[in-house]
Amino acid sequence: MAAKSIPLHVNGKIAHVSVDDPDMPLLYALRDNLGLRGPHFGCGLGQCGACTVHIDGNAVRSCVMPLSSVGKKKIVTLEGLSLSGKLAPIQEAFVSEQAAQCGYCINGMIMQAAAFLAHNKNPNEDQIKQALADNLCRCGTHLRIVRAVKRAAT
Amino acid sequence: MLSGKPTRREFLQGTGILIVSFSLPSAFKSALAQAANSSKIVALDEVDAYLAVDATGRVTLYSGKVELGTGVSTALKQIVAEELDVPITAIKLIEGDTLLTPAQGKTWGSLTIQNGGVQIRQAAATARQALLQEAGKRLGLPVADLAVEQGTVRSGAKQVTYAELIGGKNFSLKLDKQAPLKDPANYKIVGKPILREDIPPKVTGEFTYVQDFNLPGALHGRIVRPPTIGASLQSVDENSIRGIPGVVKVVQQNNFLAVVAESEWGAIQAAQKLKANWSDWQGLPDQSKLWEYVRATKITKDDVTSNVGDADKALAQASKKIDATYDFAIHTHGSIGPSCAVADFKDGKLTCWSASQGPHDLRTQLAAMLSLKDTDVHVVYMEGAGCYGRNAHEDAAADAALLAHTMGRPVRVQWMREEEHGWDPKGPPTLMDLHAGLDANGQVVAWRSELFVPDGTGGVVVKLLAAEAAGLPVDKGMSPGNIINNSAIPYSFPNVKTVAHRLAETPFRPSWIRAPGRMQNTFCNEAFLDEVAVAAGADPFDFRLRYLSNDPRGTELLKRLIQLAKWRGRNATPTTGDVARGRGVTYVKYELARTYVGAVADVEVNRKSGEIRVRRFAVVQDCGQVINPEGVRNQIEGNVVQTVSRTLKEEVTFDRSRVTSVNWANYPILTFPEVPEIDIDLIDRPTEKPWGVGEPAAAVVPSAIANAVFDATGVRLRSVPFTPAKVRAALQSASEAGHVVDVPQIASLAFNQDISQSPIPYSTVTDFARFLG
Repeated sequence: MAAKSIPLHVNGKIAHVSVDDPDMPLLYALRDNLGLRGPHFGCGLGQCGACTVHIDGNAVRSCVMPLSSVGKKKIVTLEGLSLSGKLAPIQEAFVSEQAAQCGYCINGMIMQAAAFLAHNKNPNEDQIKQALADNLCRCGTHLRIVRAVKRAAT
Repeated sequence: MLSGKPTRREFLQGTGILIVSFSLPSAFKSALAQAANSSKIVALDEVDAYLAVDATGRVTLYSGKVELGTGVSTALKQIVAEELDVPITAIKLIEGDTLLTPAQGKTWGSLTIQNGGVQIRQAAATARQALLQEAGKRLGLPVADLAVEQGTVRSGAKQVTYAELIGGKNFSLKLDKQAPLKDPANYKIVGKPILREDIPPKVTGEFTYVQDFNLPGALHGRIVRPPTIGASLQSVDENSIRGIPGVVKVVQQNNFLAVVAESEWGAIQAAQKLKANWSDWQGLPDQSKLWEYVRATKITKDDVTSNVGDADKALAQASKKIDATYDFAIHTHGSIGPSCAVADFKDGKLTCWSASQGPHDLRTQLAAMLSLKDTDVHVVYMEGAGCYGRNAHEDAAADAALLAHTMGRPVRVQWMREEEHGWDPKGPPTLMDLHAGLDANGQVVAWRSELFVPDGTGGVVVKLLAAEAAGLPVDKGMSPGNIINNSAIPYSFPNVKTVAHRLAETPFRPSWIRAPGRMQNTFCNEAFLDEVAVAAGADPFDFRLRYLSNDPRGTELLKRLIQLAKWRGRNATPTTGDVARGRGVTYVKYELARTYVGAVADVEVNRKSGEIRVRRFAVVQDCGQVINPEGVRNQIEGNVVQTVSRTLKEEVTFDRSRVTSVNWANYPILTFPEVPEIDIDLIDRPTEKPWGVGEPAAAVVPSAIANAVFDATGVRLRSVPFTPAKVRAALQSASEAGHVVDVPQIASLAFNQDISQSPIPYSTVTDFARFLG
């Protein structure tokens, strides 16, 4: 297998990644090739959400997304939410509500919530909890995360 | 007093870069070389071990206790900022570096503030005293006339800064236990909900977890775990991974098998595809007979944890006897990020970057494994995904160390999900038999319990997987020893005997997981106490208060809990249709020596499906002096949510050869829609000692739920986790036995609920949302 160069549209720019295996999950291209450490490795099975990124605005688990299936779609990572150097409202809300303990899952919480809020301007708490039902947090920061998403929506 | 010796300022700045940066500047290598030869003072009784002030007045705090995601890095800085009177933003923290920080013991047991923070406070007070004396000399004024503000000592128009007094020099002072501490009445920073400094970088992706760290030129290592826990490696077919690009080497040493590759994905694929033959092994007990196995395990010794009067005699003479057996399943830590470490071995010296809770202990273990001197091993702490106890970070460190030692190049080892679930050391199975006796008036005359848990001869470390597999020197014995804490009870019954039978073996490497033992033992004791209270016809608050009469803080806590939870007695919640509602009370004095927590749980039990929904937790906590109320509340919430998860859902499953619950599908944890609301009354006692908060609130959760389920259904759940299947079985068996599944009528509260005459002054901590405006 010869290394292949694959163009990716990431955080508003085209980046070329050189990979041996075009079916490598997107997560490793983002982290290892592009140095974007916002998305985290949690399970590699699409179960926990720590690796979530946006692809054309949808929250996607990058640990189970083969590079070859990304094509020309637009990828946004956690880093892409605050490119101007200013925190996005959802990020500010997480700081205001002190919605983290270890924070390892927070990438997924923010990316999942941001994609949800883009289509649901004024959700209630139950809707927020449902939207995050497949994102796992082990520290037990859930109540703060829900408050942060609520704060960002209002 | 204040010597002229220069500190290693430049070196430290270099190390700072090393800690926070992903992409390392070339200056890093020389910094590391310096580090190996440095002689930063780390002795526990030296001020310089903890604190340095540079020429610009910036303060560096060196802490042997580390940030695990609980917010202690902010709290420790608050302590220093308060005691030294410097802005919190002027303080830089270096934590858990075996060359730079004092060995303050592992970050565990809710002791970071209570022990580590108190040491640091004393260092700061000693430093402040010396700085004031020096300032007095310089300004020609008595110390009593001096005041400090923002790192500047003043008296009228005269002033001198800390930077001018000490900047860049050593204090050369022993910690002075007599150095005066600031009066809490004058606190400006301690006790305030200062925002955590680590959260902004954690929400932008700038934060560097150990999982995000690497060295230039590092190889990626993945371990090939055997299909069964005790298997021996027979043969390896390296041809099976021919064609996978970037594979550098298959590393084999006895039963240690790993691949190293230039790329992470290459290493993952190679580890998945490498063919190896392993011997069969079926040494695990039959899980369906786990408790028979535990009961039959050889007892190595008995630890008598309390013995008052003659419990056996009093039990024999009691007019009413209550007996029950409780058990608590094997748990995994369940870190969201699997363990990870980076190691580099060069010129006979090992450097390892790890999220270990005990960098100094890890240094000793790695040195022993590789037959190096302790001084030739440097462990640098980097925060990882939350670990809640000793997960597999140390094992990943040993894997990386062994591979770096073999390869002569830096190696990063990242565990995979099934490794973390399958191979991290486990919270051991816990079994307790309990007996109580009542006299004719419903007074408790005797309490006796027997606890069955692994022996704790391994001390403070868990043996390293890599060392064991590779046939290298390995620690002996099992950990942890302290899981017998809280097997004794806080109630003053006339005859009590509590014994812990320490077992010669347990199915998996035993480890500590949040509130280890204290939580399991409190579950058994507080749920059984509820049974005894019912047998005595007493309200659960009234019953506890009756036997806590000599503990004013515990008494006050329970009275405040009655108010917070709006307690109206047992079975005060209506039941409609299939859903039964109930409330349960519980209480702990952590290790019978420190933080108090009381809780009331509100639950719903679906009689048809057997599902339990925990709707609400009311928690009152007295942890003495509160350093950061926001941090404490975050910990209480985390304790409750995590332990509701452990209580309702979690159980490691295994066959005779291996763990079978190896991902989140077969080891489910609590999800957002299932999380209870939490009401907290945090008692702040600024003039008392600060006690730990990372664990105690976990201890009360399982018993509160068990007691609430009884209140709802009349059924006792004595086996964690409370799965729907167990609930259905308990309801079924109660109904077959002809028990009316309703709660007996209990006398209503019989005591005065007035707490205005509290024996100890308290103040309710400001609600954080209001503080933020």
